[in-house]
Amino acid sequence: MSVAKVLGIETEYGIAGGPDADQIVASSIIVNAYAQEGRTRINWDFEGETPDMDARGLPDLTSFAPIVETHLANTVLTNGARLYVDHAHPEYSSPECRTPLEATLYDVAGEEVMRRALLVANEMIEPHQAITLYKNNSDSKGNSYGTHENYLVSRDVEFNHIVRAMVPHFVSRQIIVGAGKVGAETEVGQESDPFFQLSSRAEFFEEVVGLETTLKRPIINTRDEPHADAERFRRLHVIIGDANMSQVATFVKLGSTALLLAALEDSGLAAFPAMPRQPVGAVRSFALDPSLTYAVLCEDDRERTAWDFQNELWHLANDHVERKGADAVAPPDQVQMVLTEWREMLDGVRDDPDTVADRIDWVAKLRIVRGFQERHSLPDGDARLHAIDLQYHDLRPERSLARRVGLRALHPEDEVREAVHNPPEGTRAYFRGQCVARYPGEIVAANWDSVVFDLGEGPLQRVPMLDPLRGTRVLTEELLETSATAQALLEALDR
Amino acid sequence: MTEQERIQKQRTERARESTPPVSVDATKGDQLKADLDDLLDEIDEVLEENAEEFVRNYVQKGGE
Repeated sequence: MSVAKVLGIETEYGIAGGPDADQIVASSIIVNAYAQEGRTRINWDFEGETPDMDARGLPDLTSFAPIVETHLANTVLTNGARLYVDHAHPEYSSPECRTPLEATLYDVAGEEVMRRALLVANEMIEPHQAITLYKNNSDSKGNSYGTHENYLVSRDVEFNHIVRAMVPHFVSRQIIVGAGKVGAETEVGQESDPFFQLSSRAEFFEEVVGLETTLKRPIINTRDEPHADAERFRRLHVIIGDANMSQVATFVKLGSTALLLAALEDSGLAAFPAMPRQPVGAVRSFALDPSLTYAVLCEDDRERTAWDFQNELWHLANDHVERKGADAVAPPDQVQMVLTEWREMLDGVRDDPDTVADRIDWVAKLRIVRGFQERHSLPDGDARLHAIDLQYHDLRPERSLARRVGLRALHPEDEVREAVHNPPEGTRAYFRGQCVARYPGEIVAANWDSVVFDLGEGPLQRVPMLDPLRGTRVLTEELLETSATAQALLEALDR
Repeated sequence: MTEQERIQKQRTERARESTPPVSVDATKGDQLKADLDDLLDEIDEVLEENAEEFVRNYVQKGGE
């Protein structure tokens, strides 16, 4: 039985400039600039973070567990998100959302948070040190950083089944949700010397399944850190996505993945297409083929193109919705919207890519790269073509090319501005964000599954939130409205 | 005339001046090309002037 597909996206932003061009310093300035604007001064609480737990249940001695860095700038926002420095990047982890459309909104709100932080930060430093931010995934020199999706999944599903069901999707979905990239940057990518790739991330993947996120990146990441009741839930941590500028692409990326997970939970593995025999080869080869004609051999001895995989998966999701509905993912109208957009993108990208240049990032990007190359008679690999790629993801409105290519928005700007401050209403992010907004002086820390209060006397008091579906507006608004102080809130919770 | 109407009228006039009359079946492709030309004009304006340096200086530490 499928569990509610609580979901969200974490994005590490590319960063340049700052004092001595030190990216850790620049990232800290960005996070602190936003915090000092009075939005939040609440610390992140590392209690309960176990990023080295492996979903396969066995310790993997050859794996490098991610290191949690506790000394860097780290805050919780009133919209329930986490804004912090991860390695050498500012990262926005969206609050837990209840539907793909809502998660798209809070991903876009993250761009706005970063844009505001950038404005404040650049007021604080010398003009020649000005910081710039990019919502992308690599620097074209072989260094990559992540855009990770998270989905709540029932603990009843065997991890091995998640692998078999989702690998076909994760290797092929780039044909509609890839962000596109000029050239290649890894040793293995450069062997093919491509002019353009559908996905910026594809060439960085080296394993099918694994715990790492920075070395030997796996198509399926096994980090088993549910930030929730581990008896009931998994959190599928998807590291193989690109950072999308297109809101429709983000929506379809989240919606299609959530629908397939719900179908797996409800109906099992039987209807899913067979895995490619060489998944890593498949994801890389598909990225190199804008014609979408390259086919790979699968475990059922059939050959499939990326489009074939997506077509089968769309039919699987559509059949599932017709037979059982998908209330776990979203209300019926929104589920239909996922299926409709997904279908249109699939047909458009095959038949006439220009018709989907308003929603598929790689199509929009390739169109301007090719157009610019022809207009100025530039050779392949010219720096200006790489500059277009980079500037597509530039957050500065006066430089952003994604803002200019005619991408269709799903959320009007006033809705995005609201989401910068206010949490989603249907998950525990509501309680977290509201507490940060209402009792900023009494909260010393918060994390995904608890809020920690300091009332000035007595021990710190931790309010656990192990169920992502509790702490919603419906369940807690009255309590919050009638609790003028943190003390009143804690007393009411004790009763 | 309201501000909105005035802008609309200017736009319409400009569109008339700049768009040659087209036959019905040629419109879609021509329109796409005209849109792309406008877009490329804009990119010419906002693209970082020293593209080589801009791209070379963008070096990141890996993340995740």
